[in-house]
Amino acid sequence: MPVDRREFIKGAGKLLLLTPAAAAALDYVMAGRPEEADAYKLADHWWAMIIDIEKCIGCGNCVRACKTENDVPHEPFYFRTWVERYHVPPKNVADPEAEDHPEVDSPNGGFDGFTEKYRTGDGSKNFFVPKLCNHCAHSPCVQVCPVGATFESPDGVVLVDKKYCLGCRYCVHACPYGCRFIDPRTSTVDKCSLCYHRITKGLTTACCETCPTGARTLGDLKDPRDPIHDFLRTHKVQVLKPQMATGAKAYYNGLDASVR
Amino acid sequence: MTGRFRDSRHLLRAGMLFGAGILVFLVARAVLVPKDFGTLGHFREGALADNRAREVSLAGRAACEECHSDVVDARKGSKHAGVNCEACHGALAAHATNPTVTKPVRPNPKKICLVCHLPNAAKPKGFPQVDPKDHGEGGACGDCHKPHHPELV
Amino acid sequence: MESVLHGVQGYMYPNEMELQWSILIVLYPFVTGLVAGAFILASLERVFNVEAVKPTYRLALLTALAFLIAAPLPLQMHLGRPERSYEMYLTPHTTSAMAMFGFVYLWYLLVVLLLEIWLDYRPDIVRLARETSGPLRIVYRVLTLGVYDLTEGSLALDAKVGRALTIIGIPSAFLLHGYVGFIFGSIKANPWWSTPLMPVVFLFSAIVSGIAAVLLLYMAICWLRRVKPDMACVDTMARYLLYAFIIDFGLEMLDLIHRVYEADESFKSLDFMVHTKLYTSQIILQIVVGTFFPIGLLALVQLVRLSDIARKGIYVVAGILTVIGIFAMRWNVVIGGQLFSKSFLGYTTYKMEFATREGWLPALLVMILPFVILWALVKLLPPWPDEEAA
Repeated sequence: MPVDRREFIKGAGKLLLLTPAAAAALDYVMAGRPEEADAYKLADHWWAMIIDIEKCIGCGNCVRACKTENDVPHEPFYFRTWVERYHVPPKNVADPEAEDHPEVDSPNGGFDGFTEKYRTGDGSKNFFVPKLCNHCAHSPCVQVCPVGATFESPDGVVLVDKKYCLGCRYCVHACPYGCRFIDPRTSTVDKCSLCYHRITKGLTTACCETCPTGARTLGDLKDPRDPIHDFLRTHKVQVLKPQMATGAKAYYNGLDASVR
Repeated sequence: MTGRFRDSRHLLRAGMLFGAGILVFLVARAVLVPKDFGTLGHFREGALADNRAREVSLAGRAACEECHSDVVDARKGSKHAGVNCEACHGALAAHATNPTVTKPVRPNPKKICLVCHLPNAAKPKGFPQVDPKDHGEGGACGDCHKPHHPELV
Repeated sequence: MESVLHGVQGYMYPNEMELQWSILIVLYPFVTGLVAGAFILASLERVFNVEAVKPTYRLALLTALAFLIAAPLPLQMHLGRPERSYEMYLTPHTTSAMAMFGFVYLWYLLVVLLLEIWLDYRPDIVRLARETSGPLRIVYRVLTLGVYDLTEGSLALDAKVGRALTIIGIPSAFLLHGYVGFIFGSIKANPWWSTPLMPVVFLFSAIVSGIAAVLLLYMAICWLRRVKPDMACVDTMARYLLYAFIIDFGLEMLDLIHRVYEADESFKSLDFMVHTKLYTSQIILQIVVGTFFPIGLLALVQLVRLSDIARKGIYVVAGILTVIGIFAMRWNVVIGGQLFSKSFLGYTTYKMEFATREGWLPALLVMILPFVILWALVKLLPPWPDEEAA
């Protein structure tokens, strides 16, 4: 069906003069719905997340919600987010210098919750640690991508361009936190996108939405009224593997030394 | 002079071949590199829109509260007031956009509470943990506790 | 898929359980290593005027070319989306070693190797363009680029340019394989890979494998042509192999000593891995069989006077063991780097399949391909045309 001349000139004009975002906004305006035009300004946001280990109950809501929201494959080795359980045994009184290390498990990433394996009162320390992409400000995964298929957006989210990724897997190796994987359906890389499609619409991430105890909270470091500023000021927070200097933006409250 | 030139003819031809190759490369580059590549950084600007294009599965608490203000009132003062609706009721964006077409499934009153409240050594102290063997005489939690205001029995 | 879970012991981050880089990525540094090593052997004659290895000059260059042509194949086969691989040339990310390597590869292939081979072979190409009959004639005619002059001036120019190319070629060869080492060595997230020594270790093991490969190929081709190998050439190659080996071994020992001494957070986990999962490939194959035995044999030749036949036998054995050892080294780096968890609490297993895209059958075919290409190149551009009478 031949495109009529007016449509063609409009289309070509848009393509030549407008960025894709502005072109989309124009569509809204032209359709008489200017209020739906893109109100989200990249420069106004710098996204981060707070994870409060003292609140996590290992229910697995976040893992399930993420797989639903982001259509993540259900096999037990593809996770955009997962929960680990740590069992730190008490020091051996007979030999306190002896080598000890925590027992860690994450059965199907915590998707089905955690069955009881340890007992209270035996002197051990047990807790849950949710993990996700840390959306590093100096991300090593972005550094090694040969083509620019993974990048840090101007609003602080490390994203994957699935239309451009070669599936070379270099970034999977470069991530110190193990948060990237190859989606077997597209043979490209996939990882937590901080629910970019939600946070740019004013919603919170799926994992934060379903967390019943508030162990996970999205934060916007560029918003002076965001509660994250107060939280960072009043709690002892850490990032994972700080020696790697990745500029990680997932801040953990109550992070124990045994956490890997 | 001519002799010198004659001696290097093959090298000049090789050089021209290289030059042609570089030209082909530059043309290919101009044609094949996506037009929106590099505008905001070393990536395709369209990837931002691609990542935003996904359909939402969880509606978010605010969407639920638009219609279900009775539940909002019921939860006032309860410890569950801070628990978002979809934490128990599952992803309901489909229901929020078409409330009559997609009806949510009622959570099982015997199982849903245990997702959070089953005892586990790794749960924080102070978080209410209930062993169904010691509490409730084998009945469903919902028999006694109102899920939206569990303090009320 | 479930078998992956069974192969895990201890704790691995859920996304780490499956290995990302397979046997194909083990082959790639092995193949580019042979390229760099063969070229450096060739440059010994051209730049450092080591006359003795002249008989292998052309063979070394053709070997480098054959392996370099085959090198991208395992990479393409491994990519999730090979049809997009051209993107590395269109929008290369300048912070990515992998992207910049594409240009190093092109530079090395076109400017260093192809140009140098062409210049050295030009008299033969012109002659063959005039003398051959049949379809091959067209190939030679194209290769002449339409210029049939072989004046003294032009040949002298060719020699000068060729020498310059070889001189540029040495740092280029260093870059070619050093870069592969850097691709691993720059990954701070992986303590098995992350060391500044990695590019240097890769380079010297490349030189070792390249010299061993050319040594074996030369002796094999002489045997096939029923010609006696030039013993001075073979002895010199073996001597350089020994020198390179000693340096390579020294570097690997330096890395090991550092790791054991510093004993950082990864040490216990890696140490356990070397003693269990990597025991056969690292201790037995790489170190004992692939390093101690060949060094011992080659050193023996330097210390004790042996007959031609004895020396030839030793060189063949040492050469084969060397190549096996260097292959094991690549395996230990690539696969070893993925067998342990970045949590330092667990290990997984590499399950190599047979006939899938990254199985060992395609890997075997990928390894055979360069020899097929080399055979074709040797037929097209005979390294020893004056001796063809035999």
